[in-house]
Amino acid sequence: MGFMNWVKHWKTLVGVSVVSAALLVSGCGGSGSAVGGSSSGGAAKSDTVKVGLLHSLSGTMAISETSVRDAEKLAIDEINAAGGVMGKKIEIVEEDGASDPQIFAEKAKKLLSSDKVATIFGCWTSASRKAVLPVVEQQNGLLWYPTQYEGMEASKNIMYMGSAPNQQIVPAVEFFLKQGKKKIFLVGSDYVFPQTANRIIKAQLAAQGGECVGEEYTPMGYTDYATIISKIKAAKPDAIINTLNGDSNVAFFKQLKDAGISAADMPVMSFSIAEEEIKGIGAQNVAGHYVSWNYYQTTKTPANEKFVAAYKKAYGADRVTDDPIEAAYDAVYLWKAAVEKAKSFDVAEVTKAAKGLTFDAPEGQVKIDGDNQHLFKTVRIGIVKDDGLIYEVEATEPVKPDPYLKTYDWAKGLGE
Amino acid sequence: MANIKYWLKEPKNLIFMALIAVMLFMPFTLSLFRLTLLGKFICYAIVAIGIDLIWGYTGILSLGHGVFFGLGAYAMAMGMKMVATGGGLADFMKNGGLTSLPAIWRPFTSEPVAFALVVLIPLALAFFMGIMTFTNRIRGVYFSILSQALAWAFVTIFIGMQKYTGGTNGITGFTTVFGLKLSEPMTIVYIYYAAVVALFLVYVFATWLMSRQMGKLLIAIRDGENRTYFSGYDSSRYKTFIYCISAVLAGIAGALYVPFAGMISPREMDIAFSVEMVIWVAVGGRGTLIGAVIGAILVSVMKTGISETFPNIWSYFLGILFVCVVLFLPKGLMGIWDSIRGKMKSRQTKENESAAVEGGAA
Repeated sequence: MGFMNWVKHWKTLVGVSVVSAALLVSGCGGSGSAVGGSSSGGAAKSDTVKVGLLHSLSGTMAISETSVRDAEKLAIDEINAAGGVMGKKIEIVEEDGASDPQIFAEKAKKLLSSDKVATIFGCWTSASRKAVLPVVEQQNGLLWYPTQYEGMEASKNIMYMGSAPNQQIVPAVEFFLKQGKKKIFLVGSDYVFPQTANRIIKAQLAAQGGECVGEEYTPMGYTDYATIISKIKAAKPDAIINTLNGDSNVAFFKQLKDAGISAADMPVMSFSIAEEEIKGIGAQNVAGHYVSWNYYQTTKTPANEKFVAAYKKAYGADRVTDDPIEAAYDAVYLWKAAVEKAKSFDVAEVTKAAKGLTFDAPEGQVKIDGDNQHLFKTVRIGIVKDDGLIYEVEATEPVKPDPYLKTYDWAKGLGE
Repeated sequence: MANIKYWLKEPKNLIFMALIAVMLFMPFTLSLFRLTLLGKFICYAIVAIGIDLIWGYTGILSLGHGVFFGLGAYAMAMGMKMVATGGGLADFMKNGGLTSLPAIWRPFTSEPVAFALVVLIPLALAFFMGIMTFTNRIRGVYFSILSQALAWAFVTIFIGMQKYTGGTNGITGFTTVFGLKLSEPMTIVYIYYAAVVALFLVYVFATWLMSRQMGKLLIAIRDGENRTYFSGYDSSRYKTFIYCISAVLAGIAGALYVPFAGMISPREMDIAFSVEMVIWVAVGGRGTLIGAVIGAILVSVMKTGISETFPNIWSYFLGILFVCVVLFLPKGLMGIWDSIRGKMKSRQTKENESAAVEGGAA
């Protein structure tokens, strides 16, 4: 009778066993106590050094961030194959930021306090970086941040591998002005980067003889651009500057094309579209339009040939490399160089040694600026072609990073 | 005194007391990082109690409770930010081109006012929302959709008003809470104990409220709102009342959450997070209060644990788990408890009956 009773309750049994299995899987670790303060561990095994990789592997940002994570892994594998850092093999501790700033902060804390990693490579969005910033500052960690961003920040615990506004936005606006395209229309997603970028662009246009004829923001993931396109038609700008993010670009470029606006009569300059994103938008929709970055897959340097070949070999011939992917790859090598120069994994020593350090990256030589821990970078205006790749139209000399735009008279009052 | 004795006779309350005892002991065994996590989960448990009051007991399914959590958290964060900047402009205000402190930030320069607003802002919004919906007899799925729209609207506003709210970045960079330095490990321990005490008080309050006439009325509304209404009870008033209580609990939880998380962003008030709150209660078991507490903590522990072990595929595990709970344990984990107790009781009555029959025959 007892047996039959249990059979009757098979549903409950299945439920209970699933829940307990999940509990087992999650089996929490953690040593030392908060009150006693006795932190066990600390001194890691002598033949390896732990580093954290902290990117979104789930959620809306996963599509962009997993490629960046792949580039970091590639660099780490290469370094390990060549003997490691100061004779130690790099051991990866990977965490998922889940496209949620709060989770980023939590996982950064875990990497620093439980895993005691020597450094963290991670983040993509400004929101995730801003969430991790107080954690690395408080626990004296070091974050290598791979993406371009809106500037107005320089933490001593973050190394900024992407471009500051003066290494992406300012040269792009100058490019249009030089071509006599003075009336500019601004379109962006409603979040921090587009709003800050557009404030900079408006100040620059006002100072250098241009004119902003319209400024529109749409929520993230927005896909109906009919109203904005008719506003663009009415304003008759010479060019458009686009800071839309993600899926919105697909809709925007398609609808722009459908409305009969071609790249020849009204070019669009984008700051958030790289090779990886073009795959999603469709090359035929963006061909002929401009972008501004520091690196393209087609950039001609010996280091880049090797990098592109290695990346495709590791992850498949259909994969592309782009600016953030390359920056993430550089980050690992720059960290290695700084550690070896400092002869220590200590964060303070490493950041001290990093000042002025150079590296022959796929994008050409980069140099860490001692003042703000950003990179000297070459700025390249590129044009999208039908094959989905971006080709350089114009390039500058390496530009000194200026996250607060202090060297531009017209930028007074924009930052602090 | 008699009340306390009666309260402790209920096994669910005993489980809760055991849980609290374990929590009180945790700072001596967990590392600071794990303690911070547990602190966050305790905040979630407080929200879950609030959700259980409106959903489990009253049958109001709110899919936008993140708004109240977020508003409480933002009020706290703004207060802490003003302490950090000494009443000056925050970084995002300067970047946004503001030159003087905006009016909406002025009240937060005083910490006590900020603490009061943690409760008052969610309360005011919930009251307004309750008056507008329940008195107009908007209920069921229509209310759920409205509550989701509310979350959507607030997230959009908070992202759009970057100069005033920090946009998607939210508010970060705090230094002190209640005058204690956040960089000191002991500060986290103190806040942790504050959270445990808050959870205890909230639970006791909720069980007390549900044992009163109010509790019975709410259940009556859940099971037959029209009948309750025609029996002379203005159901919309009771619904508004409990909705406000639930919102205030979410606000308090949000405020406690900020020092643990060290930040607040619009993600903590969006729909995904609001739905997660409902999941906690569903997994633990609706209408039991203790189920909400256990569900919130268990699901969060599993989420953290599984994502640390399998960073690439953890979300599938969690998805399977939720599907299994819905399919196989529709009453949640506390449903198991109830069925075991129910069986023991029925066996006992059977034995009593047969004993009585035998006695009668003799």
